[in-house]
Amino acid sequence: MAAAAELTLLEKCLGLSKGNKYSAQGERQIPVLQTNNGPSLTGLTTIAAHLVQQANKEYLLGSTAEEKAVVQQWLEYRVTQVDGHSSKDDIRTVLKDLNSYLEDKVYLTGYNFTLADILLYYGLHRFIGMSHLPVLLHNTASPQQDSLDFLTGAKAEAAR
Amino acid sequence: MRLFVSEGAPGSLPVLAAAGRAQGRAELLISTVGPEECVVPFLTRPKVPVLQLDSGNYLFSTSAICRYFFLLSGWEQDDLTNQWLEWEATELQPALSAALYYLVVQGKKGEDVFSPVRRALTHIDHSLSRRSCPFLAGETESLADIVLWGALYPLLQDPAYLPEELGALHSWFQTLSSQEPCQRAAETVLKQQGVLALRPYLQKQPQPSFLEGRAVSNEPEEEELATLSEEEIAMAVAAWEKGLESLPPVQPQQNPVLPVAGEKNVLITSALPYVNNVPHLGNIIGCVLSADVFARYSRLRQWNTLYLCGTDEYGTATETKAMEEGLTPQEICDKYHVIHADIYRWFNISFDIFGRTTTPQQTKITQDIFQRLVARGFVLQDTVEQLRCEHCARFLADRFVEGMCPFCGYEEARGDQCDKCGKLINAIELKKPQCKVCRSCPVVKSSRHLFLDLPKLGKPLEEWLEKTLPGSDWTPNARFIIRSWLRDGLKPRCITRDLKWGTPVPLEGFEDKVFYVWFDATIGYLSITANYTDQWEKWWKNPEQVSLYQFMAKDNVPFHGLVFPCSALGAEDNYTLVSHLIATEYLNYEDGKFSKSRGVGVFGDMAQDTGIPADIWRFYLLYIRPEGQDSAFSWTDMLLKNNSELLNNLGNFINRAGMFVSKFFGGFVPEMVLTSDDRRLLAHVTLELQHYHQLLEKVRIRDALRSILTISRHGNQYIQVNEPWKRIKGSEADRQRAGTVTGLAVNIAALLSIMLQPYMPTVSATIQAQLQLPPPACSILLTNFLCTLPAGHQIGTVSPLFQKLENDQIESLRQRFSGGQAKAPPKPAAVETMTTAGPQQIQVLMDEVTKQGNTVRELKAQKADKNQVAAEVAKLLDLKKQLALAEGKPLETPKGKKKK
Repeated sequence: MAAAAELTLLEKCLGLSKGNKYSAQGERQIPVLQTNNGPSLTGLTTIAAHLVQQANKEYLLGSTAEEKAVVQQWLEYRVTQVDGHSSKDDIRTVLKDLNSYLEDKVYLTGYNFTLADILLYYGLHRFIGMSHLPVLLHNTASPQQDSLDFLTGAKAEAAR
Repeated sequence: MRLFVSEGAPGSLPVLAAAGRAQGRAELLISTVGPEECVVPFLTRPKVPVLQLDSGNYLFSTSAICRYFFLLSGWEQDDLTNQWLEWEATELQPALSAALYYLVVQGKKGEDVFSPVRRALTHIDHSLSRRSCPFLAGETESLADIVLWGALYPLLQDPAYLPEELGALHSWFQTLSSQEPCQRAAETVLKQQGVLALRPYLQKQPQPSFLEGRAVSNEPEEEELATLSEEEIAMAVAAWEKGLESLPPVQPQQNPVLPVAGEKNVLITSALPYVNNVPHLGNIIGCVLSADVFARYSRLRQWNTLYLCGTDEYGTATETKAMEEGLTPQEICDKYHVIHADIYRWFNISFDIFGRTTTPQQTKITQDIFQRLVARGFVLQDTVEQLRCEHCARFLADRFVEGMCPFCGYEEARGDQCDKCGKLINAIELKKPQCKVCRSCPVVKSSRHLFLDLPKLGKPLEEWLEKTLPGSDWTPNARFIIRSWLRDGLKPRCITRDLKWGTPVPLEGFEDKVFYVWFDATIGYLSITANYTDQWEKWWKNPEQVSLYQFMAKDNVPFHGLVFPCSALGAEDNYTLVSHLIATEYLNYEDGKFSKSRGVGVFGDMAQDTGIPADIWRFYLLYIRPEGQDSAFSWTDMLLKNNSELLNNLGNFINRAGMFVSKFFGGFVPEMVLTSDDRRLLAHVTLELQHYHQLLEKVRIRDALRSILTISRHGNQYIQVNEPWKRIKGSEADRQRAGTVTGLAVNIAALLSIMLQPYMPTVSATIQAQLQLPPPACSILLTNFLCTLPAGHQIGTVSPLFQKLENDQIESLRQRFSGGQAKAPPKPAAVETMTTAGPQQIQVLMDEVTKQGNTVRELKAQKADKNQVAAEVAKLLDLKKQLALAEGKPLETPKGKKKK
């Protein structure tokens, strides 16, 4: 999924009505958001965090210092490890590590659904065939409030 | 919480520097573990540093650990910091780990280490200077600063990797390095061993994936929209309103161009191409085309500009070629000089002089410099052992000897290298050597030679460099190369050769020798100028008033930056020395190198046969100019850039702006009533124009081209948002708005035509003719955006500027230049030598194609009947096919036929 499409999908999930336009930069096609007032923002997770704030859903970035750091850590993991590798072995390692991390957790931060879950889900979708999705869904699909909207969006995209 | 670190792990630097922030908020224990210990239970691969939190959770990302420490101290996250940290993780780290791997694990130095990180460092420097903030995310030191500082410290603590020209980065780095938490972290991690302290850790790491082919990139640096102050907007509007009045009078063209005291005088040289090599695209972008852009820019600034180049004609290679072709060296030079001149004319290179090195002036000036060097004791004599063919009565250059390889016994080893085992050979070590010309056996003879005493000239050279380099625009690679030559120590260099085709050595006992080309080739610039004007010394013996810009590929740096300055300094005759040495990296072709012998790549004389206009070639070559790093020519990319940047962006904007004036306002520029949005746009365009000037003044040619495209993008957005084509049908107010938008847009188009002039001179002239831009505005580019097409100005006929490049067209060109010609007979340059049909026949076909092409165009323009057009098109295609057949182009070229 191209970064721009992913961000548009995120906008929808966040309930942001006015869609932004994104350009892409460089060989990795890094998304760029031109904000109305102020400089542009570059980078998938940077823009995603910005959108979350725009939607007044800061809790998706974590509530405590620890949660905030954990969210950012997994966002970084998404753009460096999940996006950065394409060899089968690397991907297998990523999946194995994530699975083992999530064994005793519902979400990446523990019990709260955050932006890290959304972006990691989007990112993994690229190479987890539908048959493997249950590994994650098993953990992510919990009837938590709020999270349903996001999952619907994420699943809808995954089903495309 | 517990922090796990490992000896020499670079991540410890930022983490320890940030740890101070958390002091008093939580207890921090530090444990040292081995580099391969798996601390984090869920991660397969070892990772340090790691912070285990009191909750039991782990932070294994260096940035996340630092962020956590900052968050504990009450700091709040912001977009800009997030952006820097994301950039650090995705862009800086891969580049940096490659550089550190080269430096620490592989023991490389200089360019090898620096080039992976150059772009990243430049990015930081630009961001700092553009925002004019001392720190990355604002006025105070913050998380982004610590994370980036910690990442960069191991490399940048060695001043060799922190070039002075990155001034903003330099002072940012010094500021942070001098702070106590950073200092302590550096001492703890590097233990005063410098970067080598990282070796135990880095050796155990896998080779960074960056090393596998991410080094070549044609992608631009990003564009950022700056925030504007009210003053900036007001100033831009004031300048705009002054319009044409603010243009200074156009200075008449002088002939000859001479420097004028008190004015800016710019002398530009492009490396002299060797006469019997047809230049390929890499040679063209490396020097002549780059220098041409700067020369044209310099003239637009009304600086006194002299741009010169010429063919380098002396030397062994010419003698060999002459023998092969059965001509005299002079005849060879005469023949090839014309080929060169034609190629550059086709590329629209605006030389004031395109001369040659085989002239009496060359002899006179070279001998004069030599005599002065002798008189001042800077020339040594020594004996060199060489092979001499008694039969041909001459010493043999390496390429004239063949024999048995002393290492592997291969029979046909060359004088300099064995093709079989690849080892380098000293020609006198060859067994059973043979003269390649007469096949007799040469003998080893000693020959007296002259040497330039570089060690003795080292001191004046270093003094001159110290005076010249700071604040100048020498490219970083040139500085590196000179620095490494000086570091390795200067050695005497032989300046004579046992040849006939060269400048004679005016010294007793050396009558049968000539100067070695590298000694006198750089003197060619002086002699070419002397052939242009007898007042050449006003340019070349006038260092106070003349700025000398020399353009070349990086392999030429030592001769221009070191050897020639030594000769000139030693001659003590007040020579003008290079003020700005502009060296490019290399241009590759598709995935490999250009190769004349294998027929791979596009050479100057072939570009014109592709049907792609010279300006498109210029644009694409400048767009991918190997500025700061190697780049690659790619057909697909060329198609992409032509269709996206030229056709859809630039061409589309300029054409629309002009069309609106023609269609909606009868060809007259409408009244403009500026709203606050328009004023902002004016200011943005002005800012981008100033950025363009800053870049070109620093000879950052490729980056400045981006500014043109950015302005055009702004323009397109502006039209798109304001929809003049709808408003023109609306109320009075709407119609006025349509007028303002159209008027402003067409003025931006006019500005773009001038900014484009150095890059695409023909397209620029076409736009200016279409818009009927007043002549003074065409030849001067100020630093402000002026209204050059005021209300009421009548424009001319507007038509599209660019053509789409089609996939199949590009695909067939790619195949044509991919080495399919490898088996074809060697083709020195002239097109007719490789044709299978006679030149007259081809000329006839070409004329017919042109004629038929015109017929088709006329019919299309008249909107003639479709079937009629189709029939004529079919004829045209058939003619083109015949022509291609006659030229032997798309078909397999016959093997081993026709050796001229």
